[in-house]
Amino acid sequence: MKLMTCPVNGPRVISEFAYGGELRPMPDPGAVSDEAWADYVFNRNSLPAVRREWWCHTPSGVWFVAERDTGTDAIKRTYLYQAGP
Amino acid sequence: MFTRHARLKPGYEVVIIGGGGHGLAAAYYLTRDFGIRDIAVLEKGYLGGGNTGRNTTIIRSNYLTPEGVQFYDESLRLWQDLSQDFDLNLFYSTRGHFTLAHTDAALRTMRWRAEVNKHFGIDSEVIDSQAVAEAIPMMDLSCGGHAPVLGALYHAPGAIARHDAVAWGYARGADSRGAEIHQNTEVVAIELEDRGSGPCVAGVITNRGRIATRKVLCAVAGYTPRVLAMVGLRSPIYVHPLQAMVSEPIKAWLDPIIVSASLHVYVSQSARGELVMGASLDPYELHSTRSTLDFAESLAAHMLELFPFLSDVKINRQWAGMADMTPDFAPIMGPTPVQGFYLDSGWGTWGFKATPVCGKTMSHTVARDEAHPLIHGFNFDRFARYALTGEKGAASVGH
Repeated sequence: MKLMTCPVNGPRVISEFAYGGELRPMPDPGAVSDEAWADYVFNRNSLPAVRREWWCHTPSGVWFVAERDTGTDAIKRTYLYQAGP
Repeated sequence: MFTRHARLKPGYEVVIIGGGGHGLAAAYYLTRDFGIRDIAVLEKGYLGGGNTGRNTTIIRSNYLTPEGVQFYDESLRLWQDLSQDFDLNLFYSTRGHFTLAHTDAALRTMRWRAEVNKHFGIDSEVIDSQAVAEAIPMMDLSCGGHAPVLGALYHAPGAIARHDAVAWGYARGADSRGAEIHQNTEVVAIELEDRGSGPCVAGVITNRGRIATRKVLCAVAGYTPRVLAMVGLRSPIYVHPLQAMVSEPIKAWLDPIIVSASLHVYVSQSARGELVMGASLDPYELHSTRSTLDFAESLAAHMLELFPFLSDVKINRQWAGMADMTPDFAPIMGPTPVQGFYLDSGWGTWGFKATPVCGKTMSHTVARDEAHPLIHGFNFDRFARYALTGEKGAASVGH
């Protein structure tokens, strides 16, 4: 069974976690062009690679960042956003 | 069955990336309807080894948006005489398709779908639980008391077909008219040039050498983001695995196709007697075709809620495909901002049933360099214009 480490609760089975998408900086909605905003809203970086993602440990409601390889599903590390890597 | 070509030619009029059903169908209709024979279909693995051979073979047209309904209905029409067209038995079998409703909300959506369907002349109706019981007597309508069946959307033309044969039929037809099919041929780069009006396709680099061409059709399902990166395009496509499994062969007892969105189950019985079962997408992005025990356990548990008598039946095989998903559950098809680069993608969990009409419309699009009228709602730039095509009926399960 696949495990993921919650920064607060420790290693748990993957079914306890919800995936929240890639961590991406939001452009300033007041300053950005319509095209750049559509790019932010819709387009995704969907190549297999290690990237930073939002995940939530659903029983405890802890949101955190996971560095995961989307080609191999290897989880490199997890940490709270506030604490940093 | 096919001609073997020792080497690639230095150039082709059209290069099709992806030797699955969609790419081969496009090659077939390009040769047959447009007289374009100077074609190379490049497949990095073997024919139909991707999502064409990994789906659960369901064919239907009871969608939700007018764009979707018209498109899939044309596909269903093409399916019905494909066996004769190919002179190859596709085991096309009309079974009837029941989408079960376990809640009032689900029934309301089905009435909406039925009305849209009927407006376009499609055989689709809402039936009550008594009619479901008569059609599928082996089913436990109370679902163990958790989610009783209130009714269903019934689509009489719902069908299944042998998926490998679809790829082989299109391949043989294209091959006999002069298109070249190259397996074990992987595209590693696409050459672009600027002839004065922005980026244009100039050639394709493969693991077997360079090919000059001005037209490339990309029909690679879960590999779409990787090919788009070769031409510098960004898209909303994201990739999740979609798993499925089959039981051991058992005596024929299930004629229709059963779908339950609430229970995350779809199932039909193949001509060999296996129960072919699927559920919803894997819960997170992954570019892999690995299988999980979580999936098999949860799907088996839901199957037993509908059919408790199957508790002794064993699972024979389990597998996955990579589904190229879009935010509005409609495909992305047609010309792109790169001249000569045509896309047939975003087919997520609903591509098999669309194989013939994708071949038809994409061959038109490539030959005439303009989108076929049936795919106008699916164009590449709809996201930049905030003009989405919300196809919530796209897959029966999971969205």
